[in-house]
Amino acid sequence: MTVAKPRVVVVGAGIIGLGIARDLAHRGFGVVVADPDPSRGATRVAAGMLAPVAEARWGDERLLPLALESARRWPGFAEELANESGADLDFHSDGILLAAVDADDRSVVEDLQVLHERNHLRTTVLDRSEVRDLEPALSPSVHLGILTHGDMAVDPRRVGAAMRACLPRLGVEVAASRVEAVETDAGRARGVVLDDGRSLASAAVVVTAGAWTPGIAGIPEDALPPVRPVKGQILRLRGEPLLDRPVHAFVHGNPVYLVPRSDGELVVGATQEEMGFDTRPTGRGVYELLRDAIAVVPEVAELELAEVSVGFRPGTPDNLPIIGESRVSGLWFATGHHRNGILLTPVTVSVVADGLTTGTMPREFLPYSPTWPVRRAPMMVPT
Amino acid sequence: MADATTGKNDELVLAGRNLSSRLVLGTGGVPSLDIMEAAIRASRTEVVTVALRRVEVSAPGSIVDVVRRTGVTILPNTAGCYTGREAVRTAHLARDAFGTDWVKLEVIADDRTLLPEPVELLGAAEVLCGEDFAVLAYTNDDPVLSKRLEEVGCAAVMPLGAPIGTGLGIRNPHNIELIVEAAGVPVVLDAGIGTASDAALAMELGCDAVLLASAVTRAHDPVLMASAMRHAVEAGRLACLAGRIPKRRHAQASSPFEGKPDLR
Repeated sequence: MTVAKPRVVVVGAGIIGLGIARDLAHRGFGVVVADPDPSRGATRVAAGMLAPVAEARWGDERLLPLALESARRWPGFAEELANESGADLDFHSDGILLAAVDADDRSVVEDLQVLHERNHLRTTVLDRSEVRDLEPALSPSVHLGILTHGDMAVDPRRVGAAMRACLPRLGVEVAASRVEAVETDAGRARGVVLDDGRSLASAAVVVTAGAWTPGIAGIPEDALPPVRPVKGQILRLRGEPLLDRPVHAFVHGNPVYLVPRSDGELVVGATQEEMGFDTRPTGRGVYELLRDAIAVVPEVAELELAEVSVGFRPGTPDNLPIIGESRVSGLWFATGHHRNGILLTPVTVSVVADGLTTGTMPREFLPYSPTWPVRRAPMMVPT
Repeated sequence: MADATTGKNDELVLAGRNLSSRLVLGTGGVPSLDIMEAAIRASRTEVVTVALRRVEVSAPGSIVDVVRRTGVTILPNTAGCYTGREAVRTAHLARDAFGTDWVKLEVIADDRTLLPEPVELLGAAEVLCGEDFAVLAYTNDDPVLSKRLEEVGCAAVMPLGAPIGTGLGIRNPHNIELIVEAAGVPVVLDAGIGTASDAALAMELGCDAVLLASAVTRAHDPVLMASAMRHAVEAGRLACLAGRIPKRRHAQASSPFEGKPDLR
């Protein structure tokens, strides 16, 4: 017999917020999700590469275990969501191709190969002709490729829509309102205030508002996660399918990725800019993305340029996400996922849902918690 | 920087400012803000250059916030400008945004080499010097152009060791020596540094300071490399002051036979 569990308010209907709402509803919690524009933040613009290997970089060693754990969960997560919603998520698990265009790029990719070997990540190194056997649309100038076997891709827009489709059956209310403030009382979260003046009382509040988190009032300063917007410009093109799997390339020193969808859409991204909430696409942003994408796959020049969008990743000072209960009791955060929000969705959802169910964070995820002491300590500086 | 043995003060005066560190850091390519902050601290630098076109100064929690927290002086630069006109306008925006007359003037010729465009650079330098900016000019390793930049009023000349981001070190040490010999303003070796020995060499050649970014930000361990660069710049400066020995074709025993103790 299930006992009715208390009400939880989720602030933000990106795929992490929706995923948490859905999981909690399955566990019997009463859930309200508040977002003035559901799934129109980072979820809408993200390319959906699930690439713990292709995107592993030197210095990100603390992120890698979390990224690999979430990637391990993605196939099951996608299957369950597809079954429940009846939606096709355009999920692919054919790996990702890392490609180097010139000799300088080749040394960058070879340096990553050392990182892969050191961390026992499964890859296959491909020479010039093997690369083009795998992906014939690639430019003959591509020198070297590394196929990352565990990497995958999904369409985040479809994931968001599928999650929203599940919610009514689960009794989850989606309020199309902005959360003005979190209400706290004696060091405890008591609920939220919406921009239409309504108050929603709840036993717990989960903030999944990405880069917009600091705009929510009522959160004590020492509990506010240090997230900042990291602007990204990203393109969507349409036409004849050119690639079987995502390609992440280095082009004369510049990274660019091309993510194909089954319906002929090709996502090309993305810039990384420290420009605050600057919503403008720019000439340089679009030019450089197209220039580099065409250098990797010449036929990209013939596609229809269907969409130019700008999004904001929630960046943190240490590039790690912030997942768990804050120093305000009942106030949970799942934000700061920076470039990895889609990849880290399954693990983030279950850490928060398990945490709210049991009242404690699973031990192995404590290093990502907002209250983990070393998160805020200065890094060791050699003398 | 104080000389460890003599205790003498060896400060650099750059555009009217006394600096005890002879290392200037750039932030481009930094993997995270925490690493950037720790690298700045480990380098003991007092000046950090920031590309105005790459940052929104007022964004909270941004790169600029973190740089400010370390207490260093911010040197805005005009990276990403291809004409003198753009560079002048960007310098004006930088003056308003950062409240400083300092500018690292960078006018780039093309994307492939990122080499300075000398004619546009000189023109922009003249305009900005006329408006009382303290212009630190990023230039080719060309002794003639460096002198011309000094003559139009630049506060420092910053010749490249090699193209930006290449890490190829100092490709023409002879030219750098010629620039140093002729200069009446500080010479800052800018661009091309790949590792600590390159920075030490720049100082040994007589440069007054070294500016670098990628060598630290793209290293596997940026914080450790920042510390290496600090020591390299100090070592190179001390070696320059101490004076290197002449190079010889053949060996010369360090303990000569004359005056050797007779221990038979």
